[in-house]
Amino acid sequence: MRDVIVVGAGGAGLSAAIAAAERGAEVLVVAKTFPTQSQTCMAQGGINAVLKQNGDSINAHIEDTLKSGAGLAEPEIVKYVCEEAKNVIEWLDSIGTPFTRKKDEIAQRRLGGASKPRACYAQDFTGLKILHTLYDRALKLDIEFLTERFLLNVILDHNGETAGITVLNKTSGEVEQILGKCVVLATGGFAKVYGKFSTNSHQATGDGIGAALRAGCKISNMEFVQFHPTALYSSSVLISEAARGAGAKLINQKGERFVDELATRDEVARAIFKEMENGNEVFLDLTHLGEEFIEQNLPQERRLAVIYEKQDPIKTPLKIKPAAHYTMGGIDVDLRMRTSIKGLYAAGECADAKLHGANRLGGNSLLEVCALGRKAGLEAADEASAKEFPKNRQYEITKRDSAFIKALFTLPNKIDFVKKREFLGKILYSNAGVFRSESGLKGVLAELRQTQKELSFMGLKDRSLRYNTELFEFIEFGNMIEITEALLVGAINRTESRGSHFRVDFPDRNDRSFLAHSVIWKNDEGVICAEYRRVKEST
Amino acid sequence: MKIRIRRYHPSFEPKVKLFEYEGEGSTLLEMLENIKTKDRTLTFNKGCRSGICGCCAVKVNGKEVLACTYEPKENDLVEPLSFSENIRDLVCSASHIETLLKRARAFLEKPSNKKQDEENEKTIRKQTECILCSSCHSSCPVYEVNKNFLGPFALTRSYRYVADIREEEKREKIEAVLKDGIWDCTLCGNCTEVCPQGIDPKNDILMLQGYAGRFGFQNPNLSSFGSFGLDF
Ligand SMILES: Cc1cc2nc3c(=O)[nH]c(=O)nc-3n(C[C@H](O)[C@H](O)[C@H](O)COP(=O)(O)OP(=O)(O)OC[C@H]3O[C@@H](n4cnc5c(N)ncnc54)[C@H](O)[C@@H]3O)c2cc1C
Ligand code: SF4
Ligand code: SF4
Repeated sequence: MRDVIVVGAGGAGLSAAIAAAERGAEVLVVAKTFPTQSQTCMAQGGINAVLKQNGDSINAHIEDTLKSGAGLAEPEIVKYVCEEAKNVIEWLDSIGTPFTRKKDEIAQRRLGGASKPRACYAQDFTGLKILHTLYDRALKLDIEFLTERFLLNVILDHNGETAGITVLNKTSGEVEQILGKCVVLATGGFAKVYGKFSTNSHQATGDGIGAALRAGCKISNMEFVQFHPTALYSSSVLISEAARGAGAKLINQKGERFVDELATRDEVARAIFKEMENGNEVFLDLTHLGEEFIEQNLPQERRLAVIYEKQDPIKTPLKIKPAAHYTMGGIDVDLRMRTSIKGLYAAGECADAKLHGANRLGGNSLLEVCALGRKAGLEAADEASAKEFPKNRQYEITKRDSAFIKALFTLPNKIDFVKKREFLGKILYSNAGVFRSESGLKGVLAELRQTQKELSFMGLKDRSLRYNTELFEFIEFGNMIEITEALLVGAINRTESRGSHFRVDFPDRNDRSFLAHSVIWKNDEGVICAEYRRVKEST
Repeated sequence: MKIRIRRYHPSFEPKVKLFEYEGEGSTLLEMLENIKTKDRTLTFNKGCRSGICGCCAVKVNGKEVLACTYEPKENDLVEPLSFSENIRDLVCSASHIETLLKRARAFLEKPSNKKQDEENEKTIRKQTECILCSSCHSSCPVYEVNKNFLGPFALTRSYRYVADIREEEKREKIEAVLKDGIWDCTLCGNCTEVCPQGIDPKNDILMLQGYAGRFGFQNPNLSSFGSFGLDF
């Protein structure tokens, strides 16, 4: 029995756990991977904060964030996070984060969409070094970890309040029940629904969002998915924006340039996608930057390009494509990171705190995971301190989940879910990706609903309970199907273009109808319901 | 291409068995994924596929590599890491990592207001690139004889904090790495050779020994030699 159970051990989960523990709560962190394997380690670019007012200002950071959000970022939360940013960096500094420095000061660089250089960084290892420092701090505080546990569902008490979670112990294959007063979901985003067309780690399957949806939570703005313009063609490994910032050129196979490389991520991604639709191949040309520059600034990328694409960027232009990179939408939370269920919080990429709106600014998500992760931890700790433990008994849902896992082993194997998953990624990329249209989106939705029906014919071939990776991937696939439905419904309903969401059949922004968050939930019969909530007028 | 994989399942007989597979892929991880489309029971971990999350370290022909950055070669022998509990096939438990880091007190003892400068950041730059993949741990011969050894990554991380100017309680840090720690290393350099991040744990251990000396701690192995020497 714990005061606060944090699910997920990335930047958001660890920040929440540390904040809650420092507030005096008994904290347990549960994650499906070892903490430092969380996707946060992949972030390279930086974390935004205005540290000094010389030339830059908190207002400029707020403005840039609101502008990028295209009307859907809520001014109140944007203000909170931008004002908190300096504290976040000072806190990370105080626990040992080795930010890159210029003399005595933390160095800052300019990322796309920012009016000033305000991204703090640690070479190309910003996420890695923040995540590992948070982990070290959590160990110092003796925070308890239960890893290799896969979240299945949120347990609700008879009064509809949070009582804990059910997890699959990955090693034993058993379902376990973990009870606590409050739960913070920090399970990351879902850009991996785009399969091979995503820069994300294999874990980014939106499990926490699926669990929240099943528990009755609202989720919001699921149609907004950011595509990064430059991912390696065959592996979708990210080539950082630093390359274009330094003068890398985008060309097609005829050597022609077709876009201003420094335009926003959306514009560049759309221009590349159009080239590809016209039958062209697109390359990122770094050859003129020289070996020294590439070795200094993009050593990781060079190594990966050589391994995956058999191309050395020093000698040849790299074949690239846009790829799904970040999911703005997620579990609908208020300013205190509370979901629509009492005792259940969400933070980080799995949550939609309305900070990013219709598009995220580079460097703002690492900031979000720390600032709002901490907020969620504090709020949960405070709520827990004024609350009784849930009754210690076996909850119905635990029995159901146990039975469900057993049942999965009895399903016939007529359809291969791995092939389905690959297919789904492909059609999502072509129809619900950079460009969208009603007919394309409805086609994918029809396919998705068909797949939903066929799930019970996709039985497992690996029959062992012990560390059954096929089983984990199948449950992830189920979550992916569940939340992709929300993505598609949101994208179909939003008959306008805004931020990352571009409808070829409705190319203009329509504030009269759509200056609003799309909110989705499931009713008692499990049917998807949707409504719009107007953005709060800024004062 | 043909590779061999040493597979393990605790409730199968025999528990350990060598399998041969045909597969393809530009990295070992892609190849394992390709093989898995045909044999769903093959068990391994995958994560960022770009060499930074550290979940896919395995041994190939006896040497530790990350599956996602290693280019497979004909007839390669793929095995799980050594010295951590093998769970199934190529998957090993990572629970030793938490235990070792805690024992080594590899963290800042207290949040600090001290300012790190450019030079100090550079001193610990390489060490803070560790991805906790456990490759070094698996390569370390000390574990053949002493399973309590703190080992390379925990000692590298200890040094990373000892050398950080924000750490004021350096003595406590050093005391934590004396037993089953800095003096037990044979300085063989295996860890340095296999580290995918180019970290040099062996050298970090030497640096810690230097700090220990300055705090007046002696290598217990040497002092016994010392008294032996006096007898001559
Ligand atoms: C290649 C790349 C580069 C990026 N660069 C930047 C950048 O420069 N700046 C920036 O601000 N942002 C960047 N981002 C985005 C940023 O890294 C992420 O948005 C952020 O790290 C998300 O953190 P998180 O804590 O919310 O989730 P994650 O770090 O994804 O952690 C999720 C955690 O939840 C756990 N989990 C998931 N599902 C389950 C389950 N079912 N049961 C139990 N546990 C579960 C996982 O094990 C993990 O511990 C980048 C992203 C990518 C992919
Ligand atoms: S140098 Fe020391 S720590 Fe490294 S592998 Fe050899 S004995 Fe182990
Ligand atoms: S020191 Fe190197 S080999 Fe050892 S865990 Fe860290 S990254 Fe891996």
